[in-house]
Amino acid sequence: MNRTQKQSRTAILILRLIAGLVVLILAFLIGYIFITGLPNVSWRFLTSPAKAFTAGGGIGIQLFNSIYLLILAMLISLPIALGASIYLNEYAKDNWFTSTIRTAIEILSSLPSVVVGLFGFLLFVIQFNYGFSIISGALTLTIFNLPLLTRNIEEALAGVSDDQRQGGLGLGLSKYETIIHIVVPAALPGIISGIILCSGRVFGEAAALIYTAGQSAPALNFGDWNPFNIDSPLSPLRPAETLAVHIWKINSEGIMPDLTKVSSGAAAVLVLAILIFNLSARYIGRKVFEKMTSVN
Amino acid sequence: MDKPIISAQNLDLFYGDFQALHGINLDFDANKISALIGPSGCGKSTFLRCLNRMNDMIDGVKITGTVQFHGQDIYSPQVNLVELRKSIGMVFQQPNPFPFSVYDNITYGLRIAGVRDKQQLDAIVERSLKQAAVWDEIKDNLYDNALAFSGGQQQRICIARVLAVSPSVILMDEPTSALDPISSAKIENTLLELKKDYTIIIVTHNLQQASRISDKTAFFMEGRIVEYDDTTKMFVNPDDKQTEDYVSGRFG
Repeated sequence: MNRTQKQSRTAILILRLIAGLVVLILAFLIGYIFITGLPNVSWRFLTSPAKAFTAGGGIGIQLFNSIYLLILAMLISLPIALGASIYLNEYAKDNWFTSTIRTAIEILSSLPSVVVGLFGFLLFVIQFNYGFSIISGALTLTIFNLPLLTRNIEEALAGVSDDQRQGGLGLGLSKYETIIHIVVPAALPGIISGIILCSGRVFGEAAALIYTAGQSAPALNFGDWNPFNIDSPLSPLRPAETLAVHIWKINSEGIMPDLTKVSSGAAAVLVLAILIFNLSARYIGRKVFEKMTSVN
Repeated sequence: MDKPIISAQNLDLFYGDFQALHGINLDFDANKISALIGPSGCGKSTFLRCLNRMNDMIDGVKITGTVQFHGQDIYSPQVNLVELRKSIGMVFQQPNPFPFSVYDNITYGLRIAGVRDKQQLDAIVERSLKQAAVWDEIKDNLYDNALAFSGGQQQRICIARVLAVSPSVILMDEPTSALDPISSAKIENTLLELKKDYTIIIVTHNLQQASRISDKTAFFMEGRIVEYDDTTKMFVNPDDKQTEDYVSGRFG
C-alpha cells in the first residue's frame, strides 16, 4: 500500500469516527430522555391537567396549547413565507433591494429566540394590549418562524428546474400561471418537508413564548368550542402555557412533589413529537410527490 | 410566393456589451420545416428564442430590429406575450414534462385557459398524442407520471403538449440531441407529418437531420447568417465557401 492510499484510509477512518460520535451523542441524549421519561407517560398523563401543589398532574392542556399555537402560527406565517419566497425566487431582480431583504431574513433568523420573545412581549402583549395570550404567542412565533420557513420554501422553489418554467412559458402560460400551476406544485414536496421541519422547531420553542403566551394554563372547558368564550380551548385571548414552557417552568420553580417525573415525562413527549415531525417530513414530502405525479 | 409567416429584419441582440446577433434577416414560409445550423455559440438558439420572446426572461438582453408574425411586430408593446407563445409554441432540448400525469401534461395549458369539458379534453389528448406519434405506445398509461417514460417518449409528449394548445408555429431547440437514434428517427417522422398543419423552425447540430427533414436551411456563423437557401442547394451546391466547408464536415 502506498502513501496516498494510507493517507486516504486514515482520513476516511477519522471521518467515520467523527460521524459516529455525532450519532452516539444524539442516540445517548434521546435514549436517556426516553428511558427516564417514557415510563411516566400514560394516557392519563397526556390528557389530564397539570397540578401545581400535588402529585399526579398531567400535561393535557399544555399539549393542546402547543398544538393549537403551532397551527395558528403556521396559518399566519405560511401565506407570508410563501409570498415572500415566490417573490424572492421568481420575481426579484438581483439588486440592493433584494439583497436588503435577504440580509434582513438572515438577521431575523439568527436573532436569539428570547430576544424575539421580549420583542413580542413589548409589541403584542403591552403595546397591542393582547396580554399573555395565544394570539401574542402565535404572532411572536410567526416572527421566529418566518425567516426559516421562507428560506425553506425558497430552496424548494429553486430546486425546480428552469426547464419547467420554460415549458410553462413556451406553452403560453403567463409567468404567474407558470409559477402557481407548475413551479409551486412541482416544489410542493419540498415545501411540505420545510413546513414540517419548521413545525418541529416551533413546537419545541420555549423562550419566545414565556413572555408572550404566558406561563399559566388555566383550566379549559373542552365542551365549549366557541372561540369568543375565554375558557374555550379555541379562545385566542387566553393565556396558554405550552409543553416546552411547562418543562422550563416546573424545573425552575415547580413545587409539586413529583416534578422530576412530570418534567421527564413531558420532555419525552416533546422530543418524541419533534422526532416524529422530522422523520415524517421526508416521508410525507415523498408521498405527496408520488400522489401528485400519478393520478392512478 | 406566399407571404412569410415569420419575418425577422435587421435583428441585433446584445447580452450586455456582447453582441450575439448581427443584423439577421430571415423569412420563414408557412407549412415548411426550416433548419438553423451552425457551430456551437453561433447564435442559432439565441435567434430561435427571439421568435417567441423567450429571451425576455434573461437579464441584460437588448434586442433591436423587428420580428413580424403574420405581419405584426411581436416586439411592439401592444403584443400579448401569452397569446404570442400560444401561437408560437416551443419544444426544448431537454424533454421537460411537468411532474404530473401524461393526461395532465397535455391538458394543462387548456385547463388553465378555462377548458373544462372532459370529452373535449379527452379528444384533444388523443389527437395531440397521435399527431406526436406517441399515442400507440402510451395510450394505456395516460394517467402515469410523464417522467416515468423514456426520453424519446417524454420528448414526444412535450411535442403533444405544445400541439394541444394549437399553435401555428413550433420552435424546436435541438429537440433530439438528448435522444438515441431510434427515438430521434421517430421524432423526425413526426415532424414530417406535422408540417402539413404547422410551420416548424428547428435548431439542430445534426447536419444529416437538417438535410433529411428540412425544406430550407440557414447557416449561422458568429452571430451572422452566412447563407439561407433551399436545403438541397445548401447541402449540394452552396454559394458560400464557409457553408460548403461546414456541411462537408471540414470544421464545426
